[in-house]
Amino acid sequence: MQWETVIGLEIHTQLATRSKIFSGASTAYGAAPNTQACAVDLGLPGVLPVLNGEVVNMAIKFGLAINAEVAPLSVFARKNYFYPDLPKGYQISQYELPIVGKGEVTIELDDGSSKVIGVTRAHLEEDAGKSLHEDFHGMTGIDLNRAGTPLLEIVSEPDMCSAQEAVAYMKKIHSLVRYLEISDGNMQEGSFRCDANVSVRPKGQQKLGTRTELKNINSFRFVERAIEFEVERQIDLLEDGGKVVQETRLYDPAKGETRSMRSKEEAMDYRYFPDPDLLPVEITTEHIERIRATLPELPDAKRTRFVSAYGLSDDDAGFLTASRDVAAYYEQVVAEAGDARLAANWVRGELAGYLNRENTEINDSPVSAAMLAGLIKRIQDNTISGKIAKDVFEGMWQGEGDADAIIESKGLRQITDSGALEALVDEVIANNPEQVEQFRAGKDKVLGFFVGQIMKATHGKANPGQINALLRKKLSD
Amino acid sequence: MSLDKTDVNKIAHLARLDIAAPDIDVYASNLSSILDLVAQMNSVDTDAVTPMAHPTDAVQRLREDKVTAVDQREKFQAIAPQVDAGLYLVPKVIE
Repeated sequence: MQWETVIGLEIHTQLATRSKIFSGASTAYGAAPNTQACAVDLGLPGVLPVLNGEVVNMAIKFGLAINAEVAPLSVFARKNYFYPDLPKGYQISQYELPIVGKGEVTIELDDGSSKVIGVTRAHLEEDAGKSLHEDFHGMTGIDLNRAGTPLLEIVSEPDMCSAQEAVAYMKKIHSLVRYLEISDGNMQEGSFRCDANVSVRPKGQQKLGTRTELKNINSFRFVERAIEFEVERQIDLLEDGGKVVQETRLYDPAKGETRSMRSKEEAMDYRYFPDPDLLPVEITTEHIERIRATLPELPDAKRTRFVSAYGLSDDDAGFLTASRDVAAYYEQVVAEAGDARLAANWVRGELAGYLNRENTEINDSPVSAAMLAGLIKRIQDNTISGKIAKDVFEGMWQGEGDADAIIESKGLRQITDSGALEALVDEVIANNPEQVEQFRAGKDKVLGFFVGQIMKATHGKANPGQINALLRKKLSD
Repeated sequence: MSLDKTDVNKIAHLARLDIAAPDIDVYASNLSSILDLVAQMNSVDTDAVTPMAHPTDAVQRLREDKVTAVDQREKFQAIAPQVDAGLYLVPKVIE
C-alpha cells in the first residue's frame, strides 16, 4: 500500500529578554544553580507575577513576520500538573486566547519548489526548571534558574508531509526568530526545541491516522531522523495488521529510535483555566504599528532582493539570506569588492567550508568581510589567480595577515611579464614534441597538459588566461 | 450532574489529595451540588455576552525588561527540606 505522512510541529523558542517573563530574575545562561530563581520563580506564598513588556513586543514581532493577527486581547491560563521542576504546580501559559493567531510561512524545498505551511497559533508561556537525575543520595536535584524563562510556543498546522519538509519549516522559523532578534536560537542550550506530531494514512484517504507526539527534539538532524524512524515504525505496524496507539514518544539520539513515554490513557489532564493573578493583555493598534516600524528586512524579502540586485541564483540567494549575519557579511564584501557573483562564490564556497569545518560562527570568522573583499580585489586585478587565492585565504584564516601582506611575504604575485611567460611556453613546447604533434592533429585536450606544465614551473603563479592565449598562438604558428 | 466514587478518586489524584475512603461519598455529594449550581448558571442564555477572563475591568500592566532580583539562594534554601550543591533535593522522579 502507498502511505502518506502528516506532520505538525510545536516549536518552543526561548525569548531573548534580560529578565524572566513574570519576575525580575536574570535569564542569563550558565549561572550557578538556583542563583537566578527568585521568590516568584519559586512560587513562594504571596508572590504575584508581573508581565515583562518586552515579551509582548517580541510576540508581536513574530506575529507580524508570519502575517498573523495579533490578538487585541489575550489571556494567560494555568496549565496544571505536578512535577518537581514546576514549583507552583501549574505552568502559566495561554490557552483559549493566544497572543498570535493564524499565520503562515513559505518553505523552500531541495527540488527548488516552495510550499506554504500554516501556523495555527503562537502563545506565550513560562519555562520550567531542570531536573538532574544524577545521584544525589538517591534523590533528584532541582535547578530552578530556567523556571520562568519566557517561551514562545509556535504551533503549525499538520501541513508537512515528509521529514525534509519538517526540517525546512523548522529552519525557516529558526531563521525568522534570529532575524527578528527575539531568540538566540541556540539549540545546544535548549533555546530552540521542538515536538513533532506524526501520523500516516493510506494515500488518498481524507481522515487523519492516529498520531504520536515525539518530544523534545533539539537539532535539525534529530528532527529528520526521529520523524523518519517514527513513520517507518507506524507503517510497519499498520502493514502487520496492528494499530498505532496515540501516545507521547521520546526520541533517543544514541539509539536512533523513538520509545513510548506515556499513552493517551495516562495522558495529562491539565485543567486549564484563566490565571486570576494576571489581567487580560490589551494590545492596541498603535502598539502594533510601533513594533511594525522596527521590523528588519525579513529573509524572503532579502532573498528576492539578492536575486534582483546582485543577479544571484535563487539558490545562492537562499543560502546567503538564511542567516542575517551571513547576509550582512556578504553585503559588506560586495560593497567593498564590487563583484557580487564572485563574492557569493567565496562566501558560499571557501568561507562556508572553513566555518563548517572549524564549527565557527560567521561573526567570529578570523577572515573578516573586509579581508575577503581585499582578497577578491586581488583576483579581479589579476594579481593572483583564483587557485592561489585559496592559499591566501588559508593564510588569512591562520592569522597571517590580510591578502596583500600574504601575497607580498610569500611572493605569490602572478607572473604577468609576457616576455618571461613566452620563454617558458617556448621551452615547454620544445621539450614535448609528441604532445605538440597530438595537438596539431586536432587533439585539443592536450592544451591542458601544457598549461599544467607551465603552472608547475611557475608554482601556480602564471595567469591561466594569458597562458592559454599564448599557447594557442604559439602552437598554431 | 452527579459524580461517582471513581470521579472523586480521579480528581483527588490530579490534585494530589489523599482523601480518606469513608469521606468519598460526602465529597461526591458536595462536589455534585457545586456542579449542579454551575449547570444552572450554564442554562442562562449568554450568546450576546462577551466571555470575561477576569472580574475586574482592567488590563495587564507591563513591567520594564530589567533584572531587579538579587541572589537570595541561601535564604531560600535555609527553609528547604534538603539541598546539595545549590540544588533543591526531592524524591527521585523518573519519567
